[in-house]
Amino acid sequence: MFVVLIGALLSTVTVGRALAASRVSGFDVQIVLWLWFTLLFANFAEAMAEGRGKAQADSLRKTRTTTLARRLRNDHEEQVSSGVLTPGDLVVCEAGDIIPSDGEVVDGVASVDESAITGESAPVIRESGGDRCAVTGGTRVLSDRIVVRITSEQGHTFLDRMIAMVEGARRQKTPNEIALTILLSALTIIFLLAVVSLKPVAAYSELASGQSGPSLVTVPALVALLVCLIPTTIGGLLSAIGISGMDRLVQRNVLAMSGRAVEAAGDVDVLLLDKTGTITFGNRMASAFVPAPQVAPDRLAQAAQLASLADETPEGRSIVILAKNRYNLRGRDISESQARFVPFTAQTRMSGVDFPSRDGHPPLVIRKGAADAIRQHVERLAGAFPPSVQEAVDAMGRQGSTPLVVAENGNVLGVVQLKDVVKGGIRERFAQLRVMGIRTVMVTGDNPLTAAAIAAEAGVDDFMSQANPEMKLRRIRQEQSEGHLVAMTGDGTNDAPALAQADVGVAMNTGTQAAREAGNMVDLDSNPTKLIEIVEIGKQLLMTRGALTTFSIANDVAKYFAILPAMFGTLYATAGQAGPLSALNVMGLHSPQSAILSAVIFNALIIVALVPLALRGVVYRPLGAGAILRRNLLVYGVGGLIAPFLGIKLIDVLLTLTRLV
Amino acid sequence: MKPLEIAQVLALFVVVLTAAPLLGSYMARVYSGGRNFLSPVLGRVEHAIYRFGGVDPQIEMRWTTYAAALLAFNLVGLLLLWLLQLAQASLPLNPARLPNVGLWLAFNTAVSFVTNTNWQSYSGETTMSYLVQMAGLTIQNFVSAATGMAVAIALARGLARKSSSTIGNFWSDLVRGTLYILLPLSVILAFLLVSQGVVQTFSPPATALTLQGSPQVIPLGPAASQVAIKQLGSNGGGFFNANSAHPLENPTPFSNFLELVSILLIPAGLPFTYGSMVGSHRQGWAIFAAMATLFTVFLAGALASEFGMHPANLEGKEVRFGVANSVLWAVTTTAVSNGSVNSMHSSLSPLAGMLAMLNMQLGEVAFGGVGAGLYGMLMFVILTVFVAGLMVGRTPEYLGKKIEAFEIKMAVVAVLSPSAFILLFSPLAAVTKVGLASVLNPGPHGLSEILYAFSSAAANNGSAFAGLNANTDFYNILLGIAMLVGRYAVIVPALAIAGSMVVKQVTPPSSGTFPTDGLLFVALLVSVVVIIGALTFFPSLTLGPIVEHFLMRMGRTF
Repeated sequence: MFVVLIGALLSTVTVGRALAASRVSGFDVQIVLWLWFTLLFANFAEAMAEGRGKAQADSLRKTRTTTLARRLRNDHEEQVSSGVLTPGDLVVCEAGDIIPSDGEVVDGVASVDESAITGESAPVIRESGGDRCAVTGGTRVLSDRIVVRITSEQGHTFLDRMIAMVEGARRQKTPNEIALTILLSALTIIFLLAVVSLKPVAAYSELASGQSGPSLVTVPALVALLVCLIPTTIGGLLSAIGISGMDRLVQRNVLAMSGRAVEAAGDVDVLLLDKTGTITFGNRMASAFVPAPQVAPDRLAQAAQLASLADETPEGRSIVILAKNRYNLRGRDISESQARFVPFTAQTRMSGVDFPSRDGHPPLVIRKGAADAIRQHVERLAGAFPPSVQEAVDAMGRQGSTPLVVAENGNVLGVVQLKDVVKGGIRERFAQLRVMGIRTVMVTGDNPLTAAAIAAEAGVDDFMSQANPEMKLRRIRQEQSEGHLVAMTGDGTNDAPALAQADVGVAMNTGTQAAREAGNMVDLDSNPTKLIEIVEIGKQLLMTRGALTTFSIANDVAKYFAILPAMFGTLYATAGQAGPLSALNVMGLHSPQSAILSAVIFNALIIVALVPLALRGVVYRPLGAGAILRRNLLVYGVGGLIAPFLGIKLIDVLLTLTRLV
Repeated sequence: MKPLEIAQVLALFVVVLTAAPLLGSYMARVYSGGRNFLSPVLGRVEHAIYRFGGVDPQIEMRWTTYAAALLAFNLVGLLLLWLLQLAQASLPLNPARLPNVGLWLAFNTAVSFVTNTNWQSYSGETTMSYLVQMAGLTIQNFVSAATGMAVAIALARGLARKSSSTIGNFWSDLVRGTLYILLPLSVILAFLLVSQGVVQTFSPPATALTLQGSPQVIPLGPAASQVAIKQLGSNGGGFFNANSAHPLENPTPFSNFLELVSILLIPAGLPFTYGSMVGSHRQGWAIFAAMATLFTVFLAGALASEFGMHPANLEGKEVRFGVANSVLWAVTTTAVSNGSVNSMHSSLSPLAGMLAMLNMQLGEVAFGGVGAGLYGMLMFVILTVFVAGLMVGRTPEYLGKKIEAFEIKMAVVAVLSPSAFILLFSPLAAVTKVGLASVLNPGPHGLSEILYAFSSAAANNGSAFAGLNANTDFYNILLGIAMLVGRYAVIVPALAIAGSMVVKQVTPPSSGTFPTDGLLFVALLVSVVVIIGALTFFPSLTLGPIVEHFLMRMGRTF
């Protein structure tokens, strides 16, 4: 773009001087105008992309207003400005307070409105200890009281980084962008030489042809040729592509801490995915009732439902729902039956319900629990544990499900199968990833058997069972030493080392401060499945750059065929005949002036025409590399070759019709 | 074309296609340092050379050391050759009592032979003594070729080795390339050529009485040995001024065929060497296919242009060879950076002449000079991989190694420096008095002569368009600079890439990496080579050969 600026200045000066001598042609003035337009359009593209980020940053900045913080010093509360807080300070926040800075909850539990950052209006729970202790400055406490230990210095809080990021203030060129810039600069230099050398070569040719001044090698015309040849299209759109890539992430509520991370996402070829939440719904769910011999299925279902009515765990609720769906059993109002619920304890490892004897019914003791716990339970009541039930239990274990045995008094009624339910569509997603050359590794704390069963069902390429954070870290290092790029998601503090080690570490916003610091992206929705979308956005970013570069360079061929015959069409011409080089005017452009002007206008307009593409990114389909390359080459390579021929001809016709030249 | 001519072209293709893979795998074995069937004979010589030079061939070099050794070796060679010419009158083996060579002509010639260009601003038999021809030029014919091959091999090692730091030992590559590849092939070829009637003698020029009765001096000399290496090592500097059109350098159709094969042999074999070094024969085939495609397209274009002329264009051609063989030679010698000629390229049809020129302007990668063609093509491969890699949405990688800013920087320097100097110097010559004074023909043809000269120098080709008197200080110096740039502004970046790639980790291929050994990649590589070359030179070619072509069709010639 710098070259365009110099070129525009140069031709303006030339035309200005001609103007002073009143020897100016309307053609030269038009060329100069269009050169400035080219510059304007290129800047417009960047400004537009930046504009989107700016608007977002402004809304964020509103939440960053200095607030009063209630700092705890020696058990005394004092009011200070949030600006003076330093890491390690303890502050108190109660309902209605705005949390003054990033920190960790060290005491208490509260619901927090984080909509300022995530856009999600539902409040989230923040409590001391565990993985839900991180709070973000600028969010509002809705209920209760918490004590927060400040962890970030002022100016380096999450919000500050977020603003800097979307504003593009800290945006550095990514490695690929640097490499591409080098290539484009080199092309610019060589075209500069090609065009500059044209002047003396033309002078020689004029001398040799014995003609004087037949060729159109004026400064504006040469600058026009140069500007058409150098890759202005991709040059003008390059930063817009980068910014819009970041922007697409932000629209999906993901914050990348650096452009480098977005680019790395496109290169990732191994995904470490947590089983829970990403591949399966967080919890096990009842999926089948397997009754014992001589027990009707609905009897088992009814007992299981009764035992679970007060069980508020997701597993319990899923049993109630399954019984309702399968056998149309409705949870009866059992408060009048004076039922006494037995909650799950670590000692009994069972839960259930006791009905006292009433209306001649004997007392009823219903229990559900792990197979061995129920076995002890029924044997104590002098019942028997049928072998067929034991077989069902073993079979379920092999399939990776959890068996839950239900007993009524001393009788075993059957088994409820609790299963990790794999999310719908995830299998297809993994198949697509495989086509793209990305391997998926499922990480779970389950035993190998369970893990294998779920891995097979979800269609992942590999799994790690009984995984702990150290194993995760080791696995990432191992993959990286084999040359792979690894992406992962995580939320716990113990995920932090692995998040930092991974090439792309996406921290969940609900996660701990440590996790959010360690990752290079934060997902504000805390949706681990989004990792896949992040990879796609990264790929799309690189593809857009490659496609537009190809397009830009392919365009040059047509421009040569427009401008060179225009410049030299009359060279070596003999009286009454067109010059030999007018044979190169394959587009049949009207006049030399209209030809050059059309090329320049096309060159300027194509930038504008491609802005939407640069902002949106090229169409991305999960295909193998060969297929993607073939498709993009056809569209942007061959298309880039043909489009300007049509475009320049069209502009030429319009120019001629409107008699602008 | 007559059936016999078609058969000759096809025969060349078949012979090269058969011999190149065989030679390629032999060369891979030579450079791997292992024993080969010549080791029993030449192994002692090899070790004697190492002992004499005080080098340990086992010591592996980083790219900087490798490049420094190469540059130092070439610099010493250049200075020696320069001095030898400046003092030839007082040195032995000068039966024709030739005087000392002029300062800048000697500079130009020294640069020319050290850079494997073999541009000759002089007429060989009447300027250089036998000593200079043999001890100076012939030795450089060998070692400049071996230098080019060494660079290609070092680059291949850089791409093939995983997470290493060294790219081989320059001295060992130099010695092994000369001893096991160039020397044996030259000996065989020299004997074959002598059998066809190429002279090999230390006698002073013979004098004969012509039919008219006037005495004619026939220059003789040890030609066969120099002709063999000039063709095999893509040197091209003729023993006689008429080069391979001279009956004592290229007497029969069979010698003509032999020399064509030997021009193509090593450059066409090296992609296969490369394939076996990087552990994938398909990669080697892909590069060979891209080179062969370019070569075939250029040949077809040139033949079509020549045979489209009525009557047949025999100006500047040896009637012994005819149109087809002359065009075949013209395309081969410019595609392979050889530069020997068996016809006067100036008299080719404008478009055939342009294709010969464009061949050189593309950087001579359609086979290209020994070694130079391969490393030149690999520079284009890196650029192609970069653009294609972005288009599939990944940081581009070649053979599993990431292409980053440094490699792109070096590759564009390597690809564009020679072009830049052609574009700088040609216009300079076209508008200055000293430049124009040497031009023989007026009009666009004169421009072609200048453009051809600088393209030939910058591409280290060495063939001349004829018509241009290049033996002036102006041209000797400018062409000398162009040759130096065309050689070392490619070699140093190529070695730098070898050095930066050798340390990189290899990412195992997946379906997300696009294959660099398929048809699609070959097509893309060819397009990148053509488009970069065409876009750079289209303007100047338009005012040279293209306008001449159209003028000729309108009935005006120059």
